[in-house]
Amino acid sequence: MNYIQKSPWILHYDGSSCNGCDIEVLACLTPIYDVERFGIINTGNPKHADILLITGAVNEQNINVVKQLYDQMPNPKMVVAIGICACSGGIFSECYNVIGGVDKAIPVDVYVPGCAARPESIISGVVKALGLLEEKIAKKAS
Amino acid sequence: MNDILIKILKIIGIVVISPLVGGFLSGLDRKISARLQGRKGPSILQPFYDVRKLLQKEQIRVNSAYRFYVYLSLLFIIFTVVLIIMGGDLLLAIFVLTIGSLMFVLGGYASSSPYSNIGSERELLQMMAYEPCVLLVAIGLYYQSGSFFVKDIIAQDKPAIIYLPAIFLAFVYILTFKLRKSPFDLSMSHHGHQEIVKGITTEFSGEDLAIIEITHWYETIMALSFVYIFVAFSSPISHLYAVLACFAAFILEIIIDNACARVTWKTALSSAWGVTFFFGAANLIVLSLLSKF
Amino acid sequence: MPYLVLCSTLIPVALALLCFVIRVDIVRNSLMRLGALGVIAMSIMTAFNFWNGDFQGDAAEKAIHIIDSAMVIIEIAIALLIVFLGIKHKKYIAPLFTVIQLPLMLWFERAVVKEKELEVDRLIVLDQLSVIMVLIVGVVGGLIALYTVGYMKWYHNLHKEVKEQKSYFFAVILMFLGAMTGLVLFNNLIWIYFCWEITSLSSFLLIGYTKKDEAVDNSFRALTINLGGGLAFALGIVYCGMKLETIELSRLIALNPTATVLVPAFLFSLAALTKSAQFPFQSWLLGAMVAPTPSSALLHSATMVKAGVYLLLRLSPLLGTTNVGRIVTLIGGITFLAASLLAITQSDAKRILAYSTIANLGLIITCIGIATPEALWAAIFLVIFHAVSKSLLFLSVGEVEHQLHSRDVDDMSNLYGVSKSLVIFLLIGIAGMFLAPFGMLISKWAAMKAFIDSNNLHIIMILCFGSAATLFYWTKWMGKLVALSGKKLEKHHFHMDERISLFIHAVLTLSACFLFPLVSSKVVLPYLQNMFGFSANSPISQGNVWLMIAMFSLLLILPVSFIPISKKQKGREVLTYMAGENVGDNKSFNASLGVTRETTSVNWYMKDVFGNIGFWGNLICIFSMIAVAVILIWGILK
Repeated sequence: MNYIQKSPWILHYDGSSCNGCDIEVLACLTPIYDVERFGIINTGNPKHADILLITGAVNEQNINVVKQLYDQMPNPKMVVAIGICACSGGIFSECYNVIGGVDKAIPVDVYVPGCAARPESIISGVVKALGLLEEKIAKKAS
Repeated sequence: MNDILIKILKIIGIVVISPLVGGFLSGLDRKISARLQGRKGPSILQPFYDVRKLLQKEQIRVNSAYRFYVYLSLLFIIFTVVLIIMGGDLLLAIFVLTIGSLMFVLGGYASSSPYSNIGSERELLQMMAYEPCVLLVAIGLYYQSGSFFVKDIIAQDKPAIIYLPAIFLAFVYILTFKLRKSPFDLSMSHHGHQEIVKGITTEFSGEDLAIIEITHWYETIMALSFVYIFVAFSSPISHLYAVLACFAAFILEIIIDNACARVTWKTALSSAWGVTFFFGAANLIVLSLLSKF
Repeated sequence: MPYLVLCSTLIPVALALLCFVIRVDIVRNSLMRLGALGVIAMSIMTAFNFWNGDFQGDAAEKAIHIIDSAMVIIEIAIALLIVFLGIKHKKYIAPLFTVIQLPLMLWFERAVVKEKELEVDRLIVLDQLSVIMVLIVGVVGGLIALYTVGYMKWYHNLHKEVKEQKSYFFAVILMFLGAMTGLVLFNNLIWIYFCWEITSLSSFLLIGYTKKDEAVDNSFRALTINLGGGLAFALGIVYCGMKLETIELSRLIALNPTATVLVPAFLFSLAALTKSAQFPFQSWLLGAMVAPTPSSALLHSATMVKAGVYLLLRLSPLLGTTNVGRIVTLIGGITFLAASLLAITQSDAKRILAYSTIANLGLIITCIGIATPEALWAAIFLVIFHAVSKSLLFLSVGEVEHQLHSRDVDDMSNLYGVSKSLVIFLLIGIAGMFLAPFGMLISKWAAMKAFIDSNNLHIIMILCFGSAATLFYWTKWMGKLVALSGKKLEKHHFHMDERISLFIHAVLTLSACFLFPLVSSKVVLPYLQNMFGFSANSPISQGNVWLMIAMFSLLLILPVSFIPISKKQKGREVLTYMAGENVGDNKSFNASLGVTRETTSVNWYMKDVFGNIGFWGNLICIFSMIAVAVILIWGILK
């Protein structure tokens, strides 16, 4: 049994999003969705976080930042790409400075598409990430 | 021989039970806060889940020395709690508490991270803000009861709060610092709140963070035990009232936490010192006049 | 064994003369080391003699006369020197004080003493208190003298602009120690006064060592203030001789504190307050920082400022609930609070130490002013612990300056990379100043109890706030010391003399925690018992002492147990959090427009909050002094 299930702490990083998905991520914390009832806390600090939520595409400017933040998170950790931009670059994918989805920088575990992604799907994505984590650890153990 | 055995058992009991109670209170805090904000909130056991998870995480560090201070801090805070609950010298307990808090501050400094550094300085400011009042509580109790020993103070005929109401109010005021609640949560704060990333705890993760959390549970018990000392006296039923008073003080702090915005350091310092000075001086003067008649 | 006492004052002076004459560096250094060891050995011998109890009888009549005449000649010489230097540097107040004092004292010694046939029965007072003081002066002062040998070597390599006058520097330090030993042993007020003036002169010479404008200004400020105090002292002696017909300190303090007796007590207290740099006289001690570090250490820990405290300790039977006692208590308290708050605003390590010295002396003086057995217990232990810890801190800062070429506390985050042992010395020193199982806090604890028991509510409030400020300024310094900036700096040679001296200091600071119950029961409590006539109890109960020792061992054992873990290095090392923009060295980050910037973090000084505390402190102290002076004069006239 992995205990992250009961208290997944998240770090939210805004790559180069239009802020649409960011607002939806924050909406998850509001009383209507209240993700804290699952023990989820938005820590704002990679050293404390278990799950990295990234909105927006990765570009030349922030690719190192994303890599550094990912590196600073203690294992076991999961990455959830929120919104179509984070998944593949979205409408920005052809831009001169955009590299593409988050998976160009770091391994992504769950893709949550949408423009913007709905809070329900974000929560579902996080829950899925937790399930995957369980599998991952079980695989490693066996 | 039996005496010593009982003492040791008691100490073990305190060391084991107080973090459980502290953690439970912390969970209650999150639940009540959530309800005050119109949310459902996490399970009441959430703090224990968090710590269990943190203990399981990978250990990362930024340099070789800074983690060490957190463990020292925990040790000294436990020492304080045991000292108070076993009925020891209150002033000595305060001095040990100072070392415990100071070790935590040094941990923040030692990580050499800009965010931790700012957190440490703010934590230090908070210590400076509440230290006079904590000392004054011990002094007031000694002045009134003639002993620094907790076991003597709570064995009086009347509760200390009758003689020291103003000092008690001043203590409730600075209790907010100690429990890391708004408006005085400058150095680090709870749950979803953020202040300059995570303030003093920014560089601590995994096991270390779990230790910090457990330290805070002990601190909660320690802070509330001061309230207990004010209320309890020789009659057995008063101990029940004292527990209720601690509980009421805790609930009050939660409400204050949710009702107030964080203040600037100047306001925090000057208000804490101001309240301590006026309430403390007034109370001591009245007490010295009373003792003359 | 009064010869031993005379030896312990005269031998340092003789060595001082030798140092002054001999200009060969190796010989001079060895002489200084010899002097240092001699002072230490002499003080320990004095203590042993006291223990064996064979300390009766007095020096031959003849010797006294010779010394008396010698003193007169030296006094005249000193006065001429001060007048000459004052005119040379166009500072006229200090010579003015001398010009008043010298004829006054000469007239008193030649005319009044003869006419009234004032006899001195006990030339020397050797009780527990003077033994403690002799040991402090001897051991701490001797160690400082030893440190000086190593320190001055690099000082002149670093400061080429300062003329090399080591002989003179060594000589003054030894003379200082000799005078100080005399001061704490003599009972004849005229002799004490003589030593008092010698210490003023020595500090003047030490502060002005570099001959820079600032140094000259500050040295004259120190001289002026101390001579002002000396004038009060002289007036006190004359008053004593004329009205009370005694020139013995032990007789004066045995009198009932009537209005007539309180006048000299006030004058002596005034002298003591100037010497101990209490508000409003604190400026000279802050100015004394321009001197080379060993002299600051000497002024602050073992000698000079302790002279004032010692005199007050002797006078304590006349303090307590008298007007003089109340005012001394208040001034000490105000000084403690104001200096502690002002220490927060300083970034120069030596100035922080200076303010902390002033604050701690304030606390000591508050305790003495209250003059209950508990308070005096606290005061004596504060004197002991403060001397050792403060000396350790000063000497370490001197060495830090050598290593980093800076005394700024903010630069000390680099110290760990340069010298680990210095970091440890500084941490021990700082912990000794305010943390729980260590010395100063034990006495502060007793002081707190004494203040409540004697019903001094205002002092209690002052102590609460002052302690909080103390906590703040020491901890922020500790924070800089434990920080690992990772910067690599060049290491400098760490001289053996300095290392030995620092090491012994550190051992003394640490062992004080274990030894204080012993010192308390064997030395301090008997002294208090003699003084008050009833047996006093230690304010710290036995159970608490055991708890403190347990705490202390925790602090000692834990770092040791941590070493193997830190060598194996459990866990993965990551960069510090800088919002993902850490360049990779934990020091700089990628700023906007592709620029790499270094992070800097400085301490918190709160200058706008506490900056003008000094003004109010001075104001209150001046007013309270004037008030008590008026009350006393009114008391006599009535």
